[in-house]
Amino acid sequence: MIVLVALISGLMFALGLGLAGMTRPEKILAFLDLAGAWDPALMLVLAGASGLYLLASPAILQRDRPLLAPRFTVPARRHIDTRLVVGAALFGVGWGLVGLCPGPALVGLAGGGGDLVLFVAAMLAGMSLFNRVEAPSP
Amino acid sequence: MATSSLPFALLGGLLIGAAALLLLAAAGRIAGISGIVGGALRRPAGDLAWRLAFVLGLLVGGAVLRVLSPETLPKSLPQSGPVIVLAGLLVGFGARLGGGCTSGHGVCGLGRRSLRSLTAVVTFMTTAFATAYLARHALGGSA
Repeated sequence: MIVLVALISGLMFALGLGLAGMTRPEKILAFLDLAGAWDPALMLVLAGASGLYLLASPAILQRDRPLLAPRFTVPARRHIDTRLVVGAALFGVGWGLVGLCPGPALVGLAGGGGDLVLFVAAMLAGMSLFNRVEAPSP
Repeated sequence: MATSSLPFALLGGLLIGAAALLLLAAAGRIAGISGIVGGALRRPAGDLAWRLAFVLGLLVGGAVLRVLSPETLPKSLPQSGPVIVLAGLLVGFGARLGGGCTSGHGVCGLGRRSLRSLTAVVTFMTTAFATAYLARHALGGSA
């Protein structure tokens, strides 16, 4: 059952990205490039998504447990450390180079382009590299 | 063109938020793509099934988009192969090191008022703005 919900959530996520135009790297770069013909779409996507989450998540997290799982698994760390800042900085450089982050890259595979396969393969390699060099964080 | 797409951007954002809320309410999980995928790549794999199901949902969603609206999916990228590989490595490694990407820190983290996520979002937006500017103007790249 939890698998079905995860599948539906992923499907909704992908359709949301597509509807918002976020699967098109040129739209991401048009947001990131302030000196070009600026496209504010990404800001609205983030505002809509995080705004809805902000409104509804407190009521969900107040419950004793999720509907289909024994407990909520949400990050408990509050500490801002070097890893967080360095990791986010590296991520931003990669994102700004091509205009793809993990979600849109995976959704974009359906377009059938070899460049997308190359990006996703490198992205998965980068994630595996992290898993190899770092002990899993709690 | 850019402005006519703004209502769809907001609608798409709401759908993304609803997808993340569904995962939280039912599975108690954060809908962070890099965390979900990165966790699936970890050995020994633990809770693999829901992670793979979520990724399968993304891929199926892509296939649906291909049928309904093929122009939303990129066929190729303008950057050279080495740049694409470098960008992919940075996105994958950086998201894992930083504990999340645009979805985990951006959508869910900001939506939980997490100071860590706000720090991450401000940081990756800053380096992404700088990189996009340099790649498209200063270095005369693919614009």
